[in-house]
Amino acid sequence: MENKAIKVENLTFRYPDAESDTLKNISFELDYGEVLGIIGPNGAGKTTLAMALKGLIPHTVDGEIQGKIIVDGKDVLKHDISEQVLNSGLVFQDPEGQLSQMSVEEEVAFGLGNIGVPRAEMVKRIEKALQTVGLAGFEKRSPLALSGGQQQRLAIASVMAMEPSIMMMDEPTTMLDPVGKNEVFKVLKSLKEKGMTGVIIEHEIERLTMYCDKILVLHEGESILFGTPKEIFSDLMLLKKFKLRGPQVTEVAYEVFNDKEQIPVVLDEAVQSFSKELKA
Amino acid sequence: MSAFLRVENLTHIYPGKIKALESINLEIGEGEVVAVLGRNGSGKTTLVKHFNGLLKPTKGNVWIGDMNAKKHSVAKLSAKVGYVFQNSNHQTFLPSVEQELRYGCENIGLDEETIQERVERVTELFQLEDILETNPFDLNSTQRKEVGMASILAIEPKVIVLDEPTTGQDHAGSERIKEVITMLKEQGHIVILVTHDMQLVGELDCRVVVISNGKKLADGAAREVFKDKAMLKEASLEPPQVMTLAEQLTSFGVNDHVLTVEEMIKEYKRVKKLDINKQLQTS
Repeated sequence: MENKAIKVENLTFRYPDAESDTLKNISFELDYGEVLGIIGPNGAGKTTLAMALKGLIPHTVDGEIQGKIIVDGKDVLKHDISEQVLNSGLVFQDPEGQLSQMSVEEEVAFGLGNIGVPRAEMVKRIEKALQTVGLAGFEKRSPLALSGGQQQRLAIASVMAMEPSIMMMDEPTTMLDPVGKNEVFKVLKSLKEKGMTGVIIEHEIERLTMYCDKILVLHEGESILFGTPKEIFSDLMLLKKFKLRGPQVTEVAYEVFNDKEQIPVVLDEAVQSFSKELKA
Repeated sequence: MSAFLRVENLTHIYPGKIKALESINLEIGEGEVVAVLGRNGSGKTTLVKHFNGLLKPTKGNVWIGDMNAKKHSVAKLSAKVGYVFQNSNHQTFLPSVEQELRYGCENIGLDEETIQERVERVTELFQLEDILETNPFDLNSTQRKEVGMASILAIEPKVIVLDEPTTGQDHAGSERIKEVITMLKEQGHIVILVTHDMQLVGELDCRVVVISNGKKLADGAAREVFKDKAMLKEASLEPPQVMTLAEQLTSFGVNDHVLTVEEMIKEYKRVKKLDINKQLQTS
């Protein structure tokens, strides 16, 4: 049997006392080394799905769960979260909710201490993680004295330092400027090059399309579409029906090109295909 | 007549001698929408916090109408300048949405009839009818953001500062915020946005002020300012994706003035049509 990084089968979840299911019969698979982007309107169940992949649901958040989730070879429902720390890491949407320590370096050290990384190795990992997210020099600062964007990057560094097989991030760039956003996506890309698998929830379609191998579209708890960015955005009309948009270049091409099979989804590709059309 | 909001030679130095703003001059008139752009830590938020007196100038002055912001309290200025925080959690604290909406109005001493009128108006605007009794902390991030905005709009301040209004919003949420901004502009309010959302700026087709390292790097219409590539690079800004596309197609006669998807579609059709006409003439 082929080894998958993530395998979700008929996942259904309902919060206690809720009137309906937040996740409805979701199934998808992701290979090792792939980056998955999850999109959908607010309230679609994106964060709930991330919490289920991490095992926070059902181990710390109650509810009725059905189906199967295998992450990095482990059956998430059957193993406690503490047994899964090296399999997957999750960066929360609100970094303030994740930071707990007195200084930036202690914050990164916290998770490492929990998994028993020796001191010498810990120092190395802290340095590397802070370097990667552009927070070198901030070691002694209080996490609470950082800007929203810096907190967001610290939260990423703390999870990254633990070197989980699968890195999951819930809207990790909302407070970052374009440079900071690119940095996060570059981190994701470099992790990918090292064979790490990524899952990212994001509203910014243009960047997502550039860096993701697969996209999962959620709407009211259901998986509407799953495929490569090209497959997803070639059906722009369907996305619009669910109040989503495509990358700007895709929206233009969809309107003016006759051949809907040739719709570009990233900028470089768009420059080429528009040039070709204008030359014709 | 001078502009309603005036920033004169504003310098701000934080404790520890950190210079956050240096000699900023700015005039913003009624009905203007201005997007303040720049990197994290460039001084954008420091600048706008002077408008409602949350920060006081180290040097220079900020005028709100005939009020010198240096000489008035936040409480006094808040009737003229409303500030919607980036993180709505920092702004909401009352146990129900309705109380949250009333709070600012009560603070500036409005009578009960006016308060009810205003709460009703913003409730309708953001369609909050069904959640008036709900605790703001039980709402999702989109709704909480809208409650944050509604509670400020209820005060009807002349100037409205929106700190990252579209952050974490889905497409539908962003569209609604854009509509509200356009409505406020038409009503003669001054709307000041602190944002990284270049698509929003493009669609609003508004004035932009670029801040980098505490200094004003550029000030003008987005369409013009975004043409200055060297400046954008210095400020670490990226124009909307369609503008970059247009720029790379100028050799085909495409005008790089486009700010939105709609404008790019029009521009492409125009160039394509010229092309066909040319072919017809030569054949």
